[in-house]
Amino acid sequence: MIVADKKPIEEIIKEVENYSKILILGCNECVTVCEAGGKKEVGILASALRMYFLNQGKDVKIDEVTLERQCDHEYLEEIRDRVDKYDAVLSLACGVGVQFMAEKYQALPVYPGVNTCFLGVTEKRGLWTERCQACGKCILAKTAGICPVSRCAKRLLNGPCGGSTNGKCEISKDVDCAWQLIVDRLKAIGKIDDYENIIPLKDWSTDRAGGPRKVAREDVQL
Amino acid sequence: MRLSYPTNIKIIRVPCTGKVDILHILRAFEKGADGVYAVGCLEGECHYNSGNLRARKRIEQAKIILDSIGIGGERVQMRNLSSAEGPKFAQYALEMDELIRQLGPNPIKLASKKKAA
Amino acid sequence: MNCKTPSKLEKILAAGHLAVTSECGPPRGSNIEHIVHKANLIKDHVDAINITDNQTSVTRLCSLAACIRLKLMGLEPVLQMVTRDRNRIAIQSDILGAAAFDIFNMLCLSGDHQSFGDCAQGQNVHDLDSMQLLQTVRHMRDEGKFLGGGDIDRPPRMFVGAAANPFADPFEIRVPRLAKKIAAGAEFIQTQCIYNLEKFELWMKMVRERGLHEKVHILAGLTPLKTAGMAKYMKNRVPGMDVPDDVVKRMAATPKEKQAEEGIKICIESIQRLKEVEGVKGFHIMAIEWEEKVPEIVESTGLYPRPKVD
Repeated sequence: MIVADKKPIEEIIKEVENYSKILILGCNECVTVCEAGGKKEVGILASALRMYFLNQGKDVKIDEVTLERQCDHEYLEEIRDRVDKYDAVLSLACGVGVQFMAEKYQALPVYPGVNTCFLGVTEKRGLWTERCQACGKCILAKTAGICPVSRCAKRLLNGPCGGSTNGKCEISKDVDCAWQLIVDRLKAIGKIDDYENIIPLKDWSTDRAGGPRKVAREDVQL
Repeated sequence: MRLSYPTNIKIIRVPCTGKVDILHILRAFEKGADGVYAVGCLEGECHYNSGNLRARKRIEQAKIILDSIGIGGERVQMRNLSSAEGPKFAQYALEMDELIRQLGPNPIKLASKKKAA
Repeated sequence: MNCKTPSKLEKILAAGHLAVTSECGPPRGSNIEHIVHKANLIKDHVDAINITDNQTSVTRLCSLAACIRLKLMGLEPVLQMVTRDRNRIAIQSDILGAAAFDIFNMLCLSGDHQSFGDCAQGQNVHDLDSMQLLQTVRHMRDEGKFLGGGDIDRPPRMFVGAAANPFADPFEIRVPRLAKKIAAGAEFIQTQCIYNLEKFELWMKMVRERGLHEKVHILAGLTPLKTAGMAKYMKNRVPGMDVPDDVVKRMAATPKEKQAEEGIKICIESIQRLKEVEGVKGFHIMAIEWEEKVPEIVESTGLYPRPKVD
């Protein structure tokens, strides 16, 4: 999933304090699972902002809506007949949702309520960690199912570097060395000899380097 | 025991403090409460294993939010006791009453009064 | 003698001499005379001088400019290049820049993570890794072509090296990793600083078992300890560094004013011992901000005078 983290309330307040009718828009997908922008977080933020404005002596209307998704037309359309009532939207969706909202409602200011962080997993409640950088050309087949692009601090395709110590990365004792994990798994699946195959220079044109990306599938387009 | 405690405290009963959500706490302040405290079982003695520990974490989160919006995080507190400690319940009520009197009323109420005036 | 490049370092190794290299860190500023001064301290005692490339990710005068300065002094620089700060365009461009000034040695590295340096909030590049950098230089030299396939007018003629850290984890792939670097094109290796001689000797034994010592020239890396504090720091704080307790204890047991001397002594003893290890083809003495001690170390270990090659 896309993992996001809450923005500090102080930062959000600075962005929206001059509006008087604000819609806080949550998303029922990834940001709900990572407890950053679902219905519950919308409720908490709305309550906090209402109190902030009351305390400032300001009369600000704050409404709460949580959509199934903010990355699909259908769901964003659900609020078309209501958005005119607001002078700003605070979206707690990931950066994708915030932008799609902004594209769809041209004249409506839209603000992000979360920091979109990475593609990752829930290791346990309250701990999410990165697994993928969406480079567009998956090499997991060559690295025993562990991604050095997202999990090595230097994204070394032929690691580990000389800083790997006791299974940990040179940048922090809290970070696993991706290449230690790869070597351990290569051994576990009986493919340690594959370690000596040099992974060639990567084509990064499918990564951020190639500019905005798209997947166009004629076979499923209507 | 017929212990007395301040009458300005409204008790909301929940099956376990683990039921108390941040939103419940925030809503109470939104509606004008001057302080909120949760009284749970002793730590390590929760009938649901970790309800009172969850409550403590939520209280901590609520403190951070209340601090960041200028209401004041110290208005929300967590206390623990066993069901046999009636006097302690009364003592916590007195302490909370005293703490809130020191802090004064919920600033939201002051702000809306000022506006009305 | 079968040399692929005009590198003096290659010639010395090919002639079967024990090579001696050292390194100088460029200054934190544009006063290049600092590097001239350092180079002059060691030039008669080493065959080639590595110039570090923004080591520990602290911004410094660029390695290439310092190498050119050394070359203009008639010395033999080894251009260190990390993949942290350059994409493949800049890498090829800098290699050509070095080739234009007839810099004939290059050490290919990935580089310390930027979080250690003075620009911790910066991006890193890592378009290539050190293995792929080796492949790139060899491709440019041997094929005379750019990565993109175009012909290079006057291709670089570089003797290509890589680093090896026998002490990093996981230990079981340390020798396979060396094999991989050789396959990628490494012709010489400069190792991480060696304090744990037993572990290094074990690594060398495994290297010999695979016959890798015949395929690459291994220069053993050494850094003399200045103080007991430095020994402790290297042991506890520098990733991938293995300083055994007895070395730390020996430094700590030495009175403060004699610690520097003791550090040099340890370094000299290590070289004496490693000279006997089959497959060690020379020494890379990294006297960090202590270049003036290099001549003493080289002379005390019987490595002076340096052989002449044409």
